[in-house]
Amino acid sequence: MAFEPKIIGFLCNWCSYSGADLAGVSRIKSAPNVRVIRTMCSGRVDPTFILKAFQLGADGVVVMGCHPGDCHYQEGNYKTMRRIPFLKKLIKDFGIEPERLRLEWVSASEGDRYATVVNEFTEEIRKLGPIKHPSCKVKLEQI
Amino acid sequence: MVTIKIDDIEVQVPEDTPILKAAEKAGIWIPTMCYNDLIEPYGVCRLCSVEVIRGKRSRVVTSCNYPVREGISVRTNSEKIKWIRKVIMELMVSRWPNVKVVREMAEKLGIEKPRFESLEKDEAPDACILCGLCVNVCRDLVGASILGFAYRGIKREVVLPFDEITDKCIVCGACAHVCPTGHVKMIVEDYKGKKPEFTLGPKTAIYVPSMQAVPRVPVIDPESCIHFKTGGCETCAKVCEPKAINYEMKDEVVEIDVGQILVATGYDLFDASQMAQYGYGRYDNVYSSLEFEMMLNSTGPTGGKVLTKDGKEPRAVGIIHCIGSRDTNYHPYCSRVCCMYALKFAHLVHDRTNAAIYQFYIDMRAFGKGYEEFYSRLLDEGINMIRGKAAEVVEAPPVNGQQGNLLIRCEDTLIGKFREIPVDMVILCNAIEPKRDSDIIRRLFSISKSPDGFFLERHPKLDPTATTTDGVYIAGCAQGPKDIPDTVAQASSAAARILTLISRGEVEIDPVRAMVMDEYCSGCRICNNLCPYGAIEFLEDKKISHVNEALCKGCGTCVAACPSSAMTGQGFTDAQILSELEGLLI
Repeated sequence: MAFEPKIIGFLCNWCSYSGADLAGVSRIKSAPNVRVIRTMCSGRVDPTFILKAFQLGADGVVVMGCHPGDCHYQEGNYKTMRRIPFLKKLIKDFGIEPERLRLEWVSASEGDRYATVVNEFTEEIRKLGPIKHPSCKVKLEQI
Repeated sequence: MVTIKIDDIEVQVPEDTPILKAAEKAGIWIPTMCYNDLIEPYGVCRLCSVEVIRGKRSRVVTSCNYPVREGISVRTNSEKIKWIRKVIMELMVSRWPNVKVVREMAEKLGIEKPRFESLEKDEAPDACILCGLCVNVCRDLVGASILGFAYRGIKREVVLPFDEITDKCIVCGACAHVCPTGHVKMIVEDYKGKKPEFTLGPKTAIYVPSMQAVPRVPVIDPESCIHFKTGGCETCAKVCEPKAINYEMKDEVVEIDVGQILVATGYDLFDASQMAQYGYGRYDNVYSSLEFEMMLNSTGPTGGKVLTKDGKEPRAVGIIHCIGSRDTNYHPYCSRVCCMYALKFAHLVHDRTNAAIYQFYIDMRAFGKGYEEFYSRLLDEGINMIRGKAAEVVEAPPVNGQQGNLLIRCEDTLIGKFREIPVDMVILCNAIEPKRDSDIIRRLFSISKSPDGFFLERHPKLDPTATTTDGVYIAGCAQGPKDIPDTVAQASSAAARILTLISRGEVEIDPVRAMVMDEYCSGCRICNNLCPYGAIEFLEDKKISHVNEALCKGCGTCVAACPSSAMTGQGFTDAQILSELEGLLI
């Protein structure tokens, strides 16, 4: 069976989640590999969640928030903007390719952009292949 | 107050009133050629000469600048005065025989042919009669002091400094305005300035923005007002009896505390000069829809008459739909109102002129109540409907030596042919666009925009007036193009929503809130500075942080940052999200 990446998407309630909703309402096709978790703000995404997702066997994690300046909570996305680069360094030290973590800005009006981001990211992860870190529980069991 | 006698009529006037004004009050006409209410009297034409009698002495004075005194009596019609006026007038007519104001005055005074022949005869109909009004208005009223007299005697003339074109002139036009003969003219040479948004707009520096303006009071445009250039003029303040003109007024910022806001910032009109093929801004008789609307207005610049720029009634009018809307190069959406106002234009043009009317449309969208019936009625009125968007508007070649008018090139898709239709006037139905500063407004209220750039409603079907920000509502074209009934419906709905909350007196807040578990909080205060709403306070006595639930909006930024997991977000706790993760991945 061909490799189907499992991707976790953390979507902010006001922009990206509405954007994903718009993509659905507009019947824009996007890869079903991204499993969405709604948070009120991209700033709510605790780095622990991302690490936990990788640990549980996610092949990629995408965090989506409002465009800079558009945050419903004034500045929540700026906090995310600072956290994600640190986290990328951290997962690299863990042996996980930093490309498996991505931060994207998708507004409520950008249904098409949501689909593009999701499709692109899925393709990228598909090329990278399954996550190979030994601490990933699911993969260990498979070995 | 003093009482004087003018031609045996007693009149009471304030002291220092010129005799001319006192006579006016008594109902006696004194001829004058150089007097203007707003300018200091100059006494140069001498035509207003009257006889002032004090006791047994009598003398001839100019009434425009001779102040009244107690006990004088004035004769304006004695033989002596009549003779003086006649001689002055004869001299004027002999020098400027073709000037309209001079001829009219001579006629009034009963002079047919002057007895003299002037050496300096000037037969131009717009000759300068040296009344000095322009010089005085420029010095006294405007305060620019550009115009002045030069030379003496019969060589006297009005000149610019050193008789050269000067950039010190503020081009206010006051001199041309007061000139009784039309000798002073405003000439526009090589004007390269920006074309004003509405060329049909106000012609004066103080004007009422529109007859429907609320409040309906005049405003001053400081960029063209003389007072703001030279500090002079103040004519409007002089003539305003209730003393309502205030030049000191400044824009002020007023802060008002409110609980709810309705954003109804409206729209901007698509700038049709972006679509060069339609000639807007290049050809005289190509109008945008709002400009044409102004022309149709009975209080507008043409008084509601449909006229081309040269003042003639058009023989044919073309109305082009969908300028900038339903066009993937500009706006993909339909502006919704154009079809109907285009029909209204056609109806009114048909009503007011004998012009042939052509409508160039892609699809007719007469969707509202009574709209389709109006469309059918228009078809019966004999409007030419051409299905197919016009390709371009060009200048037609001259016919029979006459300057050509405009030519609309289009494809009539119903007969499958290309057509060229000559018209005198083109009306463009510009698209409705989001306000150019809508992004600033949007960020101010943290509301989103839809792909077309208009403000985004909370839900397209179930909640079209609220936004994602509590207490902020939208209505009208700020939310998307719509006509008046739809706007009224949406605005009423928003107002009702607002009133509901006001009458209830309390608001329900979302249960999604952050909460501190006191026993885990180490008092590190990382969360304190993260909160954009200042909802987290530090309790000095317990040395822990505390969330004010009324201020917290539940974004969860503090929850993600808390190093000891003492902060939890209700509805989005760590445990909840982690089990979501487990559910999705295992």
